[in-house]
Amino acid sequence: MVTTETLSADTPHAQELGEPKMRATDVSVFYGDKKAIDNVSIDIRTEHVTAFIGPSGCGKSTFLRTLNRMNDTIGSARVEGVIELDGEDIYHSGMDVVQLRARVGMVFQKPNPFPKSIYENIAYGPRIHGLAEGKTEMDAIVERSLRRAGLWEEVKDRLEDSGTALSGGQQQRLCIARAIAVDPEVILMDEPCSALDPIATAKIEELIDELRGRYAIVIVTHSMQQAARVSQRTAFFHLGNLVEYGHTSDIFTNPREKRTQDYITGRYG
Amino acid sequence: MTGNPIVTPTRSPAFEARLKKRYAAERRFKALGLGAVGFSLLVLVFLLGTMIWNGLGGFQRTVFDVPVSFEGMGLTVMQTDNEGAAIRALQSQGLPEIVSFAAEKTLGEAGAAQINSEAWREVASAIIADPSVVQRGGTFALPTTDRFSTAYLGEGQAALQPLARELEAQGHVRRAFDFGFLSRADATDAQLVGIWGALVGSFYTMIVTLLLAFPIGVLAALYLEEYAPRNRWTDIIEVSINNLAAVPSIIFGLLGLAVFLTLFPTLRSAPVIGGMTLALMTMPVIVISGRNAIKAVPPSIRDGALAVGASPVQVVFHHVLPLALPGILTGTIIGMARALGETAPLLLIGMRAFVSTPPTGFTDNATVLPMQIYLWSDQVTRGFVERTSAAIIVLLVFLLLMNGLAIYLRNRFEKKW
Repeated sequence: MVTTETLSADTPHAQELGEPKMRATDVSVFYGDKKAIDNVSIDIRTEHVTAFIGPSGCGKSTFLRTLNRMNDTIGSARVEGVIELDGEDIYHSGMDVVQLRARVGMVFQKPNPFPKSIYENIAYGPRIHGLAEGKTEMDAIVERSLRRAGLWEEVKDRLEDSGTALSGGQQQRLCIARAIAVDPEVILMDEPCSALDPIATAKIEELIDELRGRYAIVIVTHSMQQAARVSQRTAFFHLGNLVEYGHTSDIFTNPREKRTQDYITGRYG
Repeated sequence: MTGNPIVTPTRSPAFEARLKKRYAAERRFKALGLGAVGFSLLVLVFLLGTMIWNGLGGFQRTVFDVPVSFEGMGLTVMQTDNEGAAIRALQSQGLPEIVSFAAEKTLGEAGAAQINSEAWREVASAIIADPSVVQRGGTFALPTTDRFSTAYLGEGQAALQPLARELEAQGHVRRAFDFGFLSRADATDAQLVGIWGALVGSFYTMIVTLLLAFPIGVLAALYLEEYAPRNRWTDIIEVSINNLAAVPSIIFGLLGLAVFLTLFPTLRSAPVIGGMTLALMTMPVIVISGRNAIKAVPPSIRDGALAVGASPVQVVFHHVLPLALPGILTGTIIGMARALGETAPLLLIGMRAFVSTPPTGFTDNATVLPMQIYLWSDQVTRGFVERTSAAIIVLLVFLLLMNGLAIYLRNRFEKKW
């Protein structure tokens, strides 16, 4: 077992950077009696893309979903420990879960656009939160979100077409645009490319790189190449434990833990 | 090895024999399936065939063609919107006698005796629709008595048959399409009955059923599927609803009798009580089909909506309900079609009354289509047999329309993922 100090990400650089966007301290997640996440502590920063890697069933997706309380929809799930967003405990009773999810957006493994028009897919979030006054403002939000997601040029002439009629890669970028539309602070991505072909994957990765800095991005991925390409920080999970967390370059070239080394060299997983 | 067949487990004679057996089993299965489908089709064709064959006669009635002249009778037509009052005014001016007199002239005394006692009403209606008829006179198709109609069709009393043949030879009697069957209400005389009263009664009853069962059923389905925790209580509720859907309909009638008619004793045989009783029966069907439709909405849609910050109620009403609605509507229409054809529970709450005027509201005395069929099938006069078949055709047409609508809605609005 490794202590939290050694896992705290930015040991060498901590002084250069401000407060982290999100900070998890001693977080454990239970499904009924089963412990899925064991005492994980981690910082997530706006300046970085943070990748969670690890073999299937290691708890990385579970942990990701605790960051915007999507696990609340699973009746038997229980979270212990503290997760802070800008210093506020998101599991505190004072935190409104609707507002939290507006601030911490999510993109899922399988593209899940609403079976509505492309325009409506983007406009839905801003509309329910009342972010736009009038049609012109909404049009502007839709265009800006689609542009940031790199989809505008492809769909600007068919905004009224169904979102489900797009190709898989376009659907996933539509989902990213949908998440961006409410101007979140953090975007969680749960294996966003696992259902896509290599070309669509490359586009999404490019997009993630462009969105870095504006949003804190956390991406769960099965592909170590992807983690190496898009992230600046990498966290390696194994059997519900956070084994190692640090600069992506360090994790991939000079891991401190033998389990990490075995995993990234393909010994298991 | 040349010429020697290679023998492996899948190329042995035993394997080939087994293969033959497998194909034979498939052929047997196909033949049985075809037989089953063919048999059901045959039964269906037989059922519909007899129904239509018998029923088409029910849309006709036997009439005498009688020329009537009103010259010198001094008939005046009352200028009023109240058709009943205008008819009564014509009656008091002696219209029935004028009609019988004209009939006697054409048909002879024996023939005139077979004019239906209410036949003058046909003439009255024609006069009210076009008062200039009083000047011109005209030939009217007057319904016969029930006995004569039966005799004309070659059944019933032998005594009337020679008269019927004679009048037929003279060209005074024929079968005519009875438009009035679709616009009149129940009557004691098979020549004068109509289905309209029962149709209106069914309409009011179905409105009440829909207004009660649809919102309650959909809300219950949404709550159980989207909000209710999974525990022993919701399990009990689920089992109860499934059992409710399987309860024989007459039990619901007893419930309606015991509860609704005790609470509102003056509303016996009113559509509002019938509708409430049928709503009890339809609601579980809507809940079950609604839950299935809601279950079929992929969870990823809910996740997507939650992740942009929709509240659970918004997820349900913006995403789940619109996507589940085609399925819910299909279930609702099928449930309503079942309620439309239901007789047993309505028997118990008194909707088997003889109702000769169409209901004008939810609290009037009324009967419904299947009940009308039941009442007519109970009548001993020959004329009612055909009328019953005609009423069955009307009911079947409505059921087919409703089921067709359900299929159309399902195909039209079903979303694909």
